[in-house]
Amino acid sequence: MVKSSATDTAPGSSNETTHPTPSAPEHRGPDTMTLGESLRRNGVSRRGFLKFCAATASMMALPPSMALAIAEALEQARRPSVIWLSFQECTGCTEALTRSFSPTVENLILDTISLDYHHTLQAAAGDAAEHAREQAMHANAGSYLVVVDGSLPGPKANPGYSTIAGISNYDMLMDTVKGAAAVVAVGTCATFGGLPKADPNPSGAVAVQDLIKGKPVINVSGCPPMPMVITGVLAQYLTFGKLPELDEYNRPLAFFGQSIHDRCYRRPFYDKGLFAESFDDEGAKKGWCLYRLGCKGPMTYNACATMKWNGGTSWPVESGAPCLGCSEPNFWDAGGFYEALSVPPGKSGDTLLAAGVAGAAVGAGVGLMARGKAKSAAKSHQTVTVDELEQQL
Amino acid sequence: MTSLGEIPVRVEGETQVDFGNARPILGEVRHALARLLDSGEPTQIDLGAMPFGPGDEQRLLDWLGRGEVNASIEALGPTRIQETALRGVWLVEYLNADEQRIALHLEIDEVPRLLRAPREDLRDGLAELDARLADADGNDPTGPAAD
Repeated sequence: MVKSSATDTAPGSSNETTHPTPSAPEHRGPDTMTLGESLRRNGVSRRGFLKFCAATASMMALPPSMALAIAEALEQARRPSVIWLSFQECTGCTEALTRSFSPTVENLILDTISLDYHHTLQAAAGDAAEHAREQAMHANAGSYLVVVDGSLPGPKANPGYSTIAGISNYDMLMDTVKGAAAVVAVGTCATFGGLPKADPNPSGAVAVQDLIKGKPVINVSGCPPMPMVITGVLAQYLTFGKLPELDEYNRPLAFFGQSIHDRCYRRPFYDKGLFAESFDDEGAKKGWCLYRLGCKGPMTYNACATMKWNGGTSWPVESGAPCLGCSEPNFWDAGGFYEALSVPPGKSGDTLLAAGVAGAAVGAGVGLMARGKAKSAAKSHQTVTVDELEQQL
Repeated sequence: MTSLGEIPVRVEGETQVDFGNARPILGEVRHALARLLDSGEPTQIDLGAMPFGPGDEQRLLDWLGRGEVNASIEALGPTRIQETALRGVWLVEYLNADEQRIALHLEIDEVPRLLRAPREDLRDGLAELDARLADADGNDPTGPAAD
């Protein structure tokens, strides 16, 4: 049995005063220390740091072999200031983040960023809270990150639908992003408008990327987004000091590069044409593909299928529920959640469903057609009654 | 707080379905072992990045079996290392302070990386030992040792 202890062997830790390491100078304040120094000051040994880097590599969807490169980069990383703005949202994104089941890694990331303003998490309120935001903007001009959850009434909408401290969401966003290095839109409301923007969009809600020009915007969509993806994006910025590679919707490719369908463990059943036809038939019990029960996996790009939820316990498809496509634009208006993608609304034709039996080759086609269908559904804004829902189920 | 593992859950229906997602990992391990033999290059495989269905991970671990070495490291929570029945193929489970898994890797190497002492720690250890020896010499009733 090999044993070591972070608490009694950590060089440079706060309880070891006789022989501080050269890399942890005593005169530095917490705001000027590198991440490596900060962790060791908190009693994290080098082995602990390497473990942190291995878990961070997993979190960033990078190969484990990157752990050493991450360790080298993080040794020199500085704590970035983060201003978190919450607009028209349900706080589900913050709940997801703080209920994350990887407190070691996520908390360390949150400890190592300087979260200077967050309505829900900060103790200050009123003028003191707004003063903290202004102070962080002034002290870190040009280098801070702005994280936004929630959509906001656009410039032509009535600003009264959502204000904070008497400031309209629009004015607060535009004022705060002026000196920001980048903006991270968290959750489907911030990235694509989400529920507030769903038809008929009474508050004139728009997404963050509709308003921000001339600054990089990273979209971390999902309702809520995966906590590991939120912290993974922050970790990536913290580690490499640059923005990740993005897809056509400005989402990080590392997490949104592959469809749920392509990474789904039930995919082999799709390829064999084995589908659950109801939520309690033999196919459902045998774990067959949920495509005909409305799974939006073919048109949805997210990391649920591999990172999973609740500390890797499970994810919707593993629990027998079809993917709702919550990380895609306008998913609230994209037709019924339990309607199979290939069945056009109001028609009985199922040409693609038949093709689906033929195998994997149609996967991409299904995704494309589904996106087209989502657009048309959004235009016509289908409504559904409870009776109709019960009939479908 | 009650952990998820403590919530009693009874699974009905088929529980022994083989989703076929574990078998391909063995192929990857085979390539990694051959590479380690040929060039000495180690490999880490992040099992958390695999699209496993229920039972796939256990099926893979059953195939890999248990070898004769296990180790645990206490640093930012425990890390458990178990050699599999294939020499040089290590299962590395990273846990947080609440013993919840934060990552699960297969490492194909002679010794897992986390077990090796970092070179900076060797330097610190040498300095620490020198300091302790100096303290010991200072406290020696017979006086400092002659060089």
